[in-house]
Amino acid sequence: MKKLLILSGKGGTGKTTVSSSFIKLSQTKAYADCDVDAPNLHLMVDTPSEPTTKSFYGLPKAHIDAQKCIDCGQCMEHCRFNAINNDDGYVVDFYACEGCGVCEYVCPADAISMQKATAGNLILYKDNTVFSTAKLNMGFGNSGMLVAEVKSQLDDEAPDAEFAVIDGSPGIGCPVIASISGVDMVLVVTEPSLSGISDMARVIDTAQGFMVDCSVCINKYDINVENTEKIEEICRNRNIPMTGRIPFDNMVVGAVNKGISITDINCPAGKAIKEVYQNTMEIFKTETGETE
Amino acid sequence: MIIAMPVEGKTMSACINKSFGRTQYFLVYNTETQQKTFLANAAANAQGGAGIQASQFIVDQDTKALLVPMIGKNSADVLKGAGVELYITSGCSISDNITAFLNGKLESLTQIHAGFHDHGGK
Amino acid sequence: MKIAILSGKGGTGKTLVSVNLAAVCNDSTYIDCDVEEPNGHIFFKPIIEDESDIKVLIPVCDDTKCTGCRECVEFCNFNALAHVNGSLMIFEDICHSCGGCKLVCPENAITEKEKTIGKIKIGKSDETTIISGIMNTGEESGVPIIDELLNRDFKDTEYYFIDCPPGSSCSVMESIKDADYCILVTEPTIMGLHDFKMVYELVSLFKKSHSVVLNKCSSEHNPTKQYCLDENINILMEIPYDNELALLNSQGKIVARESKKFNKMFSVLLDAVLMEVHK
Repeated sequence: MKKLLILSGKGGTGKTTVSSSFIKLSQTKAYADCDVDAPNLHLMVDTPSEPTTKSFYGLPKAHIDAQKCIDCGQCMEHCRFNAINNDDGYVVDFYACEGCGVCEYVCPADAISMQKATAGNLILYKDNTVFSTAKLNMGFGNSGMLVAEVKSQLDDEAPDAEFAVIDGSPGIGCPVIASISGVDMVLVVTEPSLSGISDMARVIDTAQGFMVDCSVCINKYDINVENTEKIEEICRNRNIPMTGRIPFDNMVVGAVNKGISITDINCPAGKAIKEVYQNTMEIFKTETGETE
Repeated sequence: MIIAMPVEGKTMSACINKSFGRTQYFLVYNTETQQKTFLANAAANAQGGAGIQASQFIVDQDTKALLVPMIGKNSADVLKGAGVELYITSGCSISDNITAFLNGKLESLTQIHAGFHDHGGK
Repeated sequence: MKIAILSGKGGTGKTLVSVNLAAVCNDSTYIDCDVEEPNGHIFFKPIIEDESDIKVLIPVCDDTKCTGCRECVEFCNFNALAHVNGSLMIFEDICHSCGGCKLVCPENAITEKEKTIGKIKIGKSDETTIISGIMNTGEESGVPIIDELLNRDFKDTEYYFIDCPPGSSCSVMESIKDADYCILVTEPTIMGLHDFKMVYELVSLFKKSHSVVLNKCSSEHNPTKQYCLDENINILMEIPYDNELALLNSQGKIVARESKKFNKMFSVLLDAVLMEVHK
């Protein structure tokens, strides 16, 4: 399975809109959403079937048995995360607990146990296509491990698929790194703002650290043409291919909200995304050594 | 000597696994006796530090050489600290890679990546 | 009064709102809790008056006392330790600084040293005090920095505007924990609505008084606005999508300082916020 990963660095650049367009245009039978903290791809693609879900366990959380507790306070004294409070008995703050196990170790009354905690759900939509995604529960750390599970699920459920589109997470942290592993190319969707430019550079550095090649497209390019040209120059200097510019288009929001793909309506952004798709796939096929 | 490699299944027809820290199984192979042992990797489901835990495990098997497609920094630090030599595998086949190793045809692994960061926690 | 500004989805205008509210408000402090990707300083360009490092404790092993019993390696839930070739290897980037290994070592071979994970910078931009937290790349968690940002005794101002990280993870929870009021900034897309529901759930769970700012509005149907109306969630303001605002923002400018029109808009928003906050 050859994989194209779509990243952005900064949030809100239009990564998911581009991913869903690519899924439509390529008619791929396999795709995934690795933005497990705030997954949105399922809102933009057709999901005719009901999904199956599987619990995903994070680090265990400490639990104090009030019956056994002797109120010595050793747990609170040793907790480095301010996760134990004494409000009418010693209680663990579920969200602050990092699962280290120190309180369980120091408790003289054996009143503390580490318990499995559901950190989220792995989600699978499978009919004639395979769509692998997940949702991390509120308050848990951004889990690179859950991202790895989303990708393993895609591999396991669509072993014969030749090509997959993966919608990645924003940022540059561990979940992004986990999504980069094993992909054939990254497309960075950026926007012409100062934060957008700086985050784009960092995401490219990260991908190249894993020896994965990148290409870049600029969304809402006409908001600031000067910055757009700056981005194109940066990419030229780094030998990173540009795959196109997409104009700001106020028809996009309406289409997205009605669940219509912008590639299906006659609008400037839709037309531009089709060109970006053609350009990206041409580079992708060269990268992956395919002949046409 | 004992050599090891991450594998996708418990048979000789399984493929070499791309991930070291999160592979389901390891093949531990004795080049003198040709004994093959498939061991489950306890680090596969670790919340974090999978490479470190997997490396500790490999070192504890008295492994002298590890055959992998790629490896992250933390794993490499543990393995090198224990004197385990690292070699790059070529292609999927376990037996081809073992033969290549025995014939001195496998290259030393020198390019270490920054790690897959597939961990949980805050 | 601590006012936290959060969004769920990235790119909705959280920093736009927090930076500009702080800029038009007399006697205020802007606190940037998005320690992984702080952006507030791009807009304020503050003159830095003070800087300090944020540190956590990391174990150090005395190999002369270590017997190789591996109690620490077995104890560590984060797999930050390995024992090879007669010595203990400590992986500082993975360590959560829980102190457990030091406690379990039967030989007292483990002590702790400080490691810097980031910085806090305090500065001024015109009348506004700016406090930013910045996490070093590769670090595990920004929570200790956010904790310091919100709990240290900084200059006393009447209002604090807290620019929160995106999402609804532990960093966001830490940022809103002691807030008196929350402003949820969202956009008129179904994606914006989906992520808005996450942070709405979060502020409800923490029982925080809150209102909404709808950003990038157009004449099209607004599913997020509809949801707020259906759920009786107070809407403070609808900010229309504006090319001039987008351009100024993309240039790193504080729109309320650049134009009378936007100064008025954010002053009106500030009045609406303060009225709610003081109810």
